[in-house]
Amino acid sequence: MYPPRFHYEAPSSIEEALQLLSVYQGEAKVLSGGMSLIPLMKLRFASPGAIIDVNNLPGLDGLWEESGQLRVGALVRNRDIIRSEVVRARYPLMTSVAPQIADPLVRGRSTLVGSLCHCDPQGDWGAVMLAMNGEVVARSVAGERRIRVADFLLGPFQTSLRPDELAVEARVPAPTGQPFGVYHKLERKVGDFATVGVAVFLELSGRSVARAGIGLCGVGPTNVKCVEAEQALVAGGLEDRVVEDVARLAAEAGKPQTDQRGSAEYKRHLVHTFLVRALQTAMGREPIDIRQRRFERVNALV
Amino acid sequence: MEVKQITVTVNGEPRIVEVEPRILCVHMIREILGLTGTHLGCDTTSCGACTVLLDGVPVKSCTLFGVQTDGHELTTVEGLGWPSELHPVQEGFKEEHGLQCGFCTPGMMLTSAALLEDNPDPSEEDIRWAISGNLCRCTGYQNIIKSVQWAAKKMAAERTAATA
Repeated sequence: MYPPRFHYEAPSSIEEALQLLSVYQGEAKVLSGGMSLIPLMKLRFASPGAIIDVNNLPGLDGLWEESGQLRVGALVRNRDIIRSEVVRARYPLMTSVAPQIADPLVRGRSTLVGSLCHCDPQGDWGAVMLAMNGEVVARSVAGERRIRVADFLLGPFQTSLRPDELAVEARVPAPTGQPFGVYHKLERKVGDFATVGVAVFLELSGRSVARAGIGLCGVGPTNVKCVEAEQALVAGGLEDRVVEDVARLAAEAGKPQTDQRGSAEYKRHLVHTFLVRALQTAMGREPIDIRQRRFERVNALV
Repeated sequence: MEVKQITVTVNGEPRIVEVEPRILCVHMIREILGLTGTHLGCDTTSCGACTVLLDGVPVKSCTLFGVQTDGHELTTVEGLGWPSELHPVQEGFKEEHGLQCGFCTPGMMLTSAALLEDNPDPSEEDIRWAISGNLCRCTGYQNIIKSVQWAAKKMAAERTAATA
């Protein structure tokens, strides 16, 4: 199907886009990648009166490090993140998640910032950005503000973005210690949403954990940050008895629903299993994980 | 009815198109431009039968509005090659029996052509990965892989001949 009629605006400057947003307020939806919005519009689950296409806006496709942060412009596609040297060198969790989102065709258009703004409970980037303590930069005619991702993702498809605001950038802190990161995702088939997704981010110094971040998707009304599990990891370090505690705390942090992808109990079990695997890998052991092995063999450019 | 006028380069030729914003790129390609090699397979952005190249990058044209192509380059299967001058990927699909019903084939070939631009010597794993957004119900993918490998070899040979 195709959507009902809408007004289509394609501003050519950010100022123009912000003006349009302040005029249209809640009537307009921003279109960037469109890989979540357009499918919803085709099925008529969403019928915005106006679309503000931001794909022509200059200056939003930057991906660079500055002042101790990685800065990801709103128009940086997942494909760009996969190909980025700086991400591959210093942001292992982002390198791990990017190729696991949807499929190569969708990754060519979809964006990190768009994923956060769409705020699907099964969104992969939300889990990752929670683990990495990221933030979103939002602009409006009134000015600019920075919002911690933990304060940005409120509920299913609900963010704290105001109707007149445009998310222009996402930022994560640059690693100071020795970074480790892995994203484990179970999907029923390629391109499916996650049954469960687990993002683990660590800054290590030997066995001791200076910083830990654990984010989940598919286990609640929005992405979940496992604060207690993170604290246990920092307190205890990478030891076997700590791993079990951390996995249990993370599994308890989510509130999964039973649905076509599995029972709540199965999803909690998945969180536990993925946490154990991630931490075993961090400890230098290589547990058998067919999916992770595949990523090692593929020269994934898409 | 709000109609936009856009200019899009289709298979190398600039075209001026008048289209309602809500019209999907795949419908613009098939019904306004008359290029029916691009197919509609699923309605859920799942199958990749609608794959075209937007500025050389494979995208699902069912999940793009036609108006978004304004100022851009679109390549459909009709732009890949013709019976008189087949693209190596098309030749490969012919030589290695890479299709049965042919419904997924235009999308498969465009994705494969883009892969070979990027990665002229892909492993089998690389090929399987690159086409993982294009579903085929007939072949089990075996001969599709072989077709792409055939094309890679042909293109490498052509490059060697050109520099000799």
